[in-house]
Amino acid sequence: MTTSFNLNGKQVTVKAEPDTPLLWVIRDEIGLTGTKFGCGMALCGACTVQLDGAPIRSCQTPVSAAAGKKVATIESLSKDNSHPLQKAWIAHDVPQCGYCQSGQLMSAAALLRTNKNPSDADIENAMSGNICRCGTYNRIRAAIKSAAAEMRKA
Amino acid sequence: MTTTRRDFLKVTALAGGGFTLGVSLPGAVSESQAAGTLHTPNAWVHIADDNTITLISARSEMGQGVYTSMPMLIAEELGVDIRKVKVEIAPVGEVYTNALLGGQLTGGSTSVRDGWEKLRVAGAQVRTMLITAAAQKWNIDAATLKAGDGKVTGPGGRKATYGELADAASKLPVPKDVVLKDPKDFKIIGKPTKRLDTPRKVNGTAVFGIDVKLPGMVYASLEQCPVIGGKVVSFDASKAKAMPGVIDVVQIRDGVAVVADSYWHAKKAREAVTVTWDEGAGAAIDNASMMEGIRNAKDAPTPIKKTGDAGAAMKSAAKTMQAEYWSPLLAHATMEPQNFTADYKDGKCLVIGPAQFQQGTQGNVAAAVGLKPEDVTVKTTFLGGGFGRRLEYDFAVQAAQISKAVGKPVKLLWSREDDTTHDFYRPMAFHRMAAGLDASGKPVALTFQLTSQSVTQRAFGLPKGALDPFMAEAAVVGYDIPNMTQELIEHDSGLRVGYWRSVSHALNAFANESFIDELAAAAGKDPYQYRLALLDKQPRFANVLKIAATKAGWGKPLAKGRSHGIALMEGYDTYMAQVAEISVKDNEITVHKMWVAADLGRMINPDTVEAQIESSIAFGLSSVLGSEITLDKGRVQQTNFHDYPVIRMSQMPRIDVTLVKSTEKPGGIGEPATALVGPAVANALFAATGKRVRKIPLSPDNIKSA
Repeated sequence: MTTSFNLNGKQVTVKAEPDTPLLWVIRDEIGLTGTKFGCGMALCGACTVQLDGAPIRSCQTPVSAAAGKKVATIESLSKDNSHPLQKAWIAHDVPQCGYCQSGQLMSAAALLRTNKNPSDADIENAMSGNICRCGTYNRIRAAIKSAAAEMRKA
Repeated sequence: MTTTRRDFLKVTALAGGGFTLGVSLPGAVSESQAAGTLHTPNAWVHIADDNTITLISARSEMGQGVYTSMPMLIAEELGVDIRKVKVEIAPVGEVYTNALLGGQLTGGSTSVRDGWEKLRVAGAQVRTMLITAAAQKWNIDAATLKAGDGKVTGPGGRKATYGELADAASKLPVPKDVVLKDPKDFKIIGKPTKRLDTPRKVNGTAVFGIDVKLPGMVYASLEQCPVIGGKVVSFDASKAKAMPGVIDVVQIRDGVAVVADSYWHAKKAREAVTVTWDEGAGAAIDNASMMEGIRNAKDAPTPIKKTGDAGAAMKSAAKTMQAEYWSPLLAHATMEPQNFTADYKDGKCLVIGPAQFQQGTQGNVAAAVGLKPEDVTVKTTFLGGGFGRRLEYDFAVQAAQISKAVGKPVKLLWSREDDTTHDFYRPMAFHRMAAGLDASGKPVALTFQLTSQSVTQRAFGLPKGALDPFMAEAAVVGYDIPNMTQELIEHDSGLRVGYWRSVSHALNAFANESFIDELAAAAGKDPYQYRLALLDKQPRFANVLKIAATKAGWGKPLAKGRSHGIALMEGYDTYMAQVAEISVKDNEITVHKMWVAADLGRMINPDTVEAQIESSIAFGLSSVLGSEITLDKGRVQQTNFHDYPVIRMSQMPRIDVTLVKSTEKPGGIGEPATALVGPAVANALFAATGKRVRKIPLSPDNIKSA
């Protein structure tokens, strides 16, 4: 039994049992470790990836749910940090320990897909599922606004 | 084995006894450890022939920015562009000892204070050696040469890169006396500098412990006794062994480990293992019995400080006040669950992962698998949060034991539930406070007594009865009160306890700064003015208090439903005041804004300083608003973020930080702001409701029952 899906633009086929959480397939079988494990219960958002553009918690999503769909991880934003969100994260020096930031960025990227000019409330709503123990929240909010502004100009 | 243990104990005894302040200069510069084209003039600087310059950080990067600030100190004197250097985390080595704590460890907001002088000296030494090498090469007077931007230049257009000079320079003796720059000439220190670790933390390439991969590596999930300290009596792994991917099931000291070809296989199979435990004495502990034991502790008090005669002054006071305060057990809840990777092979052991205490990791791993410390190599990854949890090494020891048992490289990963239920918890704390006021309401006597558990007794073997300096933090207030006694009762409640960001500052500042607010209220005075009147002899305290109050608009009319609370403390040589603006609805607090004024002396990277204050407030606020660990039959009741909630973006206050310009020696900034959130918010809660809540967390339940 294998599962096939599109990961960051490439077709992949994996052997993991269908009920294996997508997180562990991405990390252990495929070997992309940018996506992090935080809670295993969809409570902290560290494992956030996009499934057909929507943010999902990969720790609670069986790989079977990704069959035939498009999965995007942090590695899809850009390798050279040229994505507006990555640039904004660097400009605001958002990360501290950095562990939650892949998930934060993927939630933010999903928000900006559908909302080009998010208010504070929009941002707080979209980001409320992502915990940061270092408390980088205010910088995340500011960086999302900077990135949105840049994307509106483009 | 005996030697190993003794050697290790020597290390921990050193760590335990090394609390006195003092910076040791790097007389003990290690031998060159690199081969080929890499040159190591001293332990902090590696220069390759191609002029690639690598600076060593002896402190672990757990978010606090040492990966940038430590190299900034070296680079300032070495004369290199901070944006062009590489950074590595140090291996275990005597030269990398933190002189403020007596071991190679990262904690206590000490990194900058420890490195301030010695890292600049290290940079200056190498700069001097490079200049000497150039002078010899060109056969001219060294005084005519200049070093900077990675090269030495001299008269007649002479020029050589550090890389070209490194081979010759690293053969020269390390100069003992070097001249450090006048701070007014600093080009790097004190300038807001982009963190060097950010680029790889925004594209998924930063390697944390959980990301480590070794050839042939397998994965482990460990079932530990639900009562911490319990032992395995027997286990049945027959079902687990038949499950997909399972390689082995092994017993180690702390439990039963399932080893498989993936983490998920290991975790699934672990659920099929049944273990019979000897739960031990810990099974008798619960919250009520802990509180009872602490309140009635008969352990002899240990004095911290005595000023004047508080007893006599209390008797003649016009009015006396008493109050009791409680702080709960807390878990660290780092975002990255505990993990370590180990490879035990041929009488050597490699351990890789997130560590705050490299020496302790090395010594304890060695003792646990029967090796000498020098046969254990410790490599430190980025830490997905530390907060004190990774000063422990239980997970590293477990990984090494499992690797030895299965004969393969193993990555051990705890679940969030493992992490929450098997922490080294911040100890419960109980304060008895009393004060005497004169007829004008001014305090003439103050007594402070903390009862709590000593982390240092467990972690570093501090003898019972000796003052645990980490319990005395921020116990002595800066206020001019003529008669004071501060003392503590070290009472072991039986649960294993650990250092938690800001350690006892948070406990003691909550009691002290709530109580001074109570005194102000009893005296009918404004809590800011009341404090300020007691700070005539303390200019640094008074200054930050005034700044915070002014910035917050203290005393001016507030928006409807809003109220302010203020708090003040010195910790880690940093003076800080905070004002919290809150509102309360149905006994639920919303913290809208925090104003922070901090005087921490000289700063290395002011942007990181601000980030650490923001971070500390978020961390402190989580504990103040709701997270709490409770025990029943020795079992921790909380398991994950649903029942151990931490603040989310919607609960994050806006933060206004003012940093005082200062030429004082650097203070620590990774922790102090954590400690002031509790009293600032509790005092604002009193201003809002007239309710004095003396128990953290300031949860709806505790507010209701206050």
